[in-house]
Amino acid sequence: MNARRVAVIGGNRIPFARSNSAYAHASNHEMLTAALEGLVRRFALDGELLGEVVAGAVLKHPRDRDLTREALLSTRLAAQTPAYDIQQACGTGLEAVVLVANKIALGQIDAGIAGGVDTTSDAPLALNESLRKLLLELNRTPDTPGRLRLLARVRPWQLIPEIPRNAEPRTGLSMGEHCAVMAGEWGIERAEQDGLAARSHQRMAAAYERGFFDDLMTPFSGLERDQNLRPDSTPEKLAKLRPVFGGAGGTMTAGNSTPLSDGASAVLLASEEWARERGLPVLAYITHAQTAAVDHVHPLPSTGSPEGLLMAPAYAMPKMLDRAGLTLGDFDVYEIHEAFAAQVLCTLRAWEDPVFCRERLGCEQPLGAIDRDKLNVNGGSLAAGHPFAATGGRIVAALAKELHERESGGPPARGVISICAAAGQGVVAILESAGDGAAGASA
Amino acid sequence: MSDPYLQFVNSPPGAAIARQLGLPRPVRLERHRLGDPVIRGRVLLGGSSAPIGSPPMAGGRQAAAGGLLQEIVAVLREAGCELATGNEAPLRELVAQAGMDATVFNGEAPGGQRLKALVFDASTIADSRGLAEMHGFFHGSVRQLERCGRVIVLGTPPADCDSVRQATAQRALEGFTRSLGKELGRGATVQLVLVAPDAGAGLASTLRFLLSPRSAYVSGQVIHVGAPGASAAAVPAQLDWERPQAGRVALVTGASRGIGEAIATTLAREGAHVVGLDVPALADELEQVSTRLGGEALVLDVTAAETPAAIAERFSDGVDVVVHNAGVTRDRTLAKMPAERWSELMDINLSSQERIDEALLAAGAIRPGGRIVCVSSMSGIAGNAGQTNYATSKAGVIGRVQALAGELAGRGATINAVAPGFIETRMTAAMPIPIREAGRRMSSLGQGGEPVDVAETIAWLAHPASGAVNGNVVRVCGQNFLGA
Repeated sequence: MNARRVAVIGGNRIPFARSNSAYAHASNHEMLTAALEGLVRRFALDGELLGEVVAGAVLKHPRDRDLTREALLSTRLAAQTPAYDIQQACGTGLEAVVLVANKIALGQIDAGIAGGVDTTSDAPLALNESLRKLLLELNRTPDTPGRLRLLARVRPWQLIPEIPRNAEPRTGLSMGEHCAVMAGEWGIERAEQDGLAARSHQRMAAAYERGFFDDLMTPFSGLERDQNLRPDSTPEKLAKLRPVFGGAGGTMTAGNSTPLSDGASAVLLASEEWARERGLPVLAYITHAQTAAVDHVHPLPSTGSPEGLLMAPAYAMPKMLDRAGLTLGDFDVYEIHEAFAAQVLCTLRAWEDPVFCRERLGCEQPLGAIDRDKLNVNGGSLAAGHPFAATGGRIVAALAKELHERESGGPPARGVISICAAAGQGVVAILESAGDGAAGASA
Repeated sequence: MSDPYLQFVNSPPGAAIARQLGLPRPVRLERHRLGDPVIRGRVLLGGSSAPIGSPPMAGGRQAAAGGLLQEIVAVLREAGCELATGNEAPLRELVAQAGMDATVFNGEAPGGQRLKALVFDASTIADSRGLAEMHGFFHGSVRQLERCGRVIVLGTPPADCDSVRQATAQRALEGFTRSLGKELGRGATVQLVLVAPDAGAGLASTLRFLLSPRSAYVSGQVIHVGAPGASAAAVPAQLDWERPQAGRVALVTGASRGIGEAIATTLAREGAHVVGLDVPALADELEQVSTRLGGEALVLDVTAAETPAAIAERFSDGVDVVVHNAGVTRDRTLAKMPAERWSELMDINLSSQERIDEALLAAGAIRPGGRIVCVSSMSGIAGNAGQTNYATSKAGVIGRVQALAGELAGRGATINAVAPGFIETRMTAAMPIPIREAGRRMSSLGQGGEPVDVAETIAWLAHPASGAVNGNVVRVCGQNFLGA
C-alpha cells in the first residue's frame, strides 16, 4: 500500500489561561469551538466538508458526550463533517493528529482537523459517590415508604462533591510527585530546571515579539497572549521559589512545573492534492509517529523501583528513529513537552546514558546528547501553560511553522516532538519541511 | 539474652524519651535469614574520578589497572544488587558494559532516593588532595543511607603503594572509615577493605559479607584482601552461594553451646558436615547440637595429651574448616592470680590450638582450600583489667594467625581470627549490671552482638571463595570503643 504524504496546513489556538482566571467561566465546548472557528476563518473553510475532526479533553463533563462533534456544529464547517472524541491524557492532542494523519495517508480521507481542549477551572465535579449510589437505589425503589427510608439516609457530608484528582489511580501519587521521584533517580538539580524554565519564557516572549504566533492564534475572552508567559523570567527569580514536590529538599517548584491551565488548539491536516486544489500552503509533513507506555506501578527487579511515570517518550523515540532510519542528532528542532522541566531533563539524560539505553531501550549505543539551542526554540509548556489535551496541537502547529521558516531549498528541515502523558504513556512524532523542491506548494 | 534498654528505646514512648534526654538510641540490627538476598535496597557505587581507562598517575599498580570498579560491578551484578551511580560517563559506561541497570544518584539533588549501601573505590587516590573525593562522594549520600546501612571503602594497602604520597593518602582512609562508623548510627556499619594489587578477583565473598546483614555487628574494621601468597587460592568456578560449604567438612571446638553452637549451626546451614568437639562434661549438650545439625560429636578435652593425635586420626582423609573456638576465662588481677589459673587457661585457649594445628598440618589433613579460623577477643587487642591471662592467650592467637598465614597460603589454605567484643551469652549475662551496660553501649552500634554475628563472620572467613583473605584479625564488636 502506498501511503500518501500528510501535510500540516496550519494551526490555530486560543491563548492559554491560568486556571480560574481569564477562562474561569469558559467551557470546553466554547474554547474548542473558538479554536476550530479561528482555523476555519484562517483557511476559509466555511461550509467545507472535511473527512473528519478528531479532538478530546482530559477533564470532561459527562454532558460533553461527542464534545468534538458538538463543537464543530457550532462552527462554519459543513455540518455533515463527522467527528469523534479521543482521550490519552496529555498525549491526546498529538495522538489525534496521528489518527487524522493516518487516515489521510491511507486515502480514507483527504483532509481533517485534529485538536484538543481542557479546562481545570470549569472542572467536572461529580456527585459524592455515596450520594450517587443512594440516588440510583432510590431510582430502583418502587414504593414510597422505601423511598422515604432511603432519603432519610442522606447526610450533609454527602453534599461534598467528587473532585477530579491529579493523582495516578494505581500509585496515589500526583504527577508532580512522580516526576520528583524521577528527578531524584536521574539526579536532576534545581538550577538546571530553573534554567530550562527561564529559557522557555524568554524564547516564547521573543517569538511573540517577532510575530511568530500571529497566524497561529485567535484572541479569546480578552486574552491575546498566553497568560502564564513571564518575559522577564530569569533563573535568579525562579531560584527564589520554594519546592512544591519532593518534600523540603525537593527541586521542583511552581516555576519549573507547568501550572494548571485552560485552552484549546486545532491543526489542519490534508493530502497534498487537497491543499494544492485550494491553494493552501504546506508548512510541513508528518512522517513518523510512535506511542509507548511504561510500567510505572511494578518495581523493576534491577533497580527496585518502577520505571518513572513520565519516561515513556524515552522508550518511544528509538523505535521511531529506527523505523525512520534517523538518529537523535538528525533534527534541526526538538519539541519536548515541558510538563515539568525535570521531565525534559530526565528524558535528555536518559538518551545520553549508556546504562539506560542499553538495559532499558536495548540500544548498544546511547541515543546521544542534543544541541540544547535547538530545543523548544519558540518556548514550551512552562511558558505557554499546559491545558492537557491542547498541548499537542500547539506544538505541531508551531513546529510545522518553524520548519517552514527554515526551509532553504536544500535538504528538508526536520523536527521531532516528544510528549509525556499520565498513566505512563508517551507519544513522539517527526515532522519534515518540504525540502529539495518537493511537491509541497510553498506559500 | 535480652537487652531491655534496646527494647525500650525501640518502642514509641521509649524512643521519645530517649530523644528528649539525648540518650543513645541503638536500633535493632537486621540479621540474615535463610533465603534473604545479599542486600535489600540500593547500592550506590562510586570511584575516585581518575580510575577507568586513564593512564596511571603517581599511583601504584592498582591505578594502572584502573581501580577496582570493574571487579566490584561484577560482584554486585552476580549478587543481584540494585545499583545507583553518579552521572560520571566512564562509570555509567562500565556499568552498561557489564550489562547492569542502575539509577543515577546526585548528592546535590538526591530526591527521595534511599540508599542501603555506599561503596567507594578509593584505591586509586594518589595523594592527599585526592582525598577530597571522599567528601565529594559521601557528603551528599550519607543522609540518604537507610537504617542498618552499609558503607564500604576500598583502598590499596599502603605497603603496595609506589609513592610516599599515595601511601599517605591510602593510610588516611582508615581515619575516615573509623570516624564515619562512629558518627553514622542507626545500625550502619563502615569498613575499609584494602585490596592488594591483582587481588580484585578475590573480592566477592568479602563484599557480599560486608554488604549483607550477616555483618550486622562488624564495623570500623580494616580488612586485607590478597595478603602475600594468597592469590594462589583462586575463587572456585562453580559456587553455590546459598550452600558454599556443601561437601566440605568442618571441625568446631567448643561447639556445645554459646558462640560455638552458633558457629556449628551457621556452617551446617551453609552445607558443611560439622564435627563438633567439646569436653566430656558437656557431652550431652554436644550430642544434642550434633543431632540437630546432622553432624558428628567428638567428645574430647582439647588439653589432653592424646587429643591432637585423635583429631588427626579422625580427619585422616582431610578437613576443610577448623574453627578454634574452645576457650575459658579465669579472671583475677595478676597479683591475686594463682599459677594454675594462668596455666590452665593458657593451655585451653592457646597451647591446645598450637598442638591441634601442628598435628593436622603434619598429617597433611588440611585440604587445599582449607580454612583455619581462630576465636581471639577484643581483650586480646585492647587488654582488660583482671584478664592478663585471658588477654595474653587471645593476643597469642593473633600472633599465631599472623605467623602461620604464609605457610597456609603455601598450602592453598588460609588462617584468620575473629575478635568478638561484647557478645550476649551466658557469660555476659552473669556480669554485674553496670559493667554489662557499659560493654553494650560503649560501641558505635550501642548494643551487644549475638553469637550468630561471630558465627557469620567465621562463615565468611571459612568460605571457599575467601582464599584471598588471609592473616586477618576481624573484630566483631560493633566498633567497640576499647582498643579500636
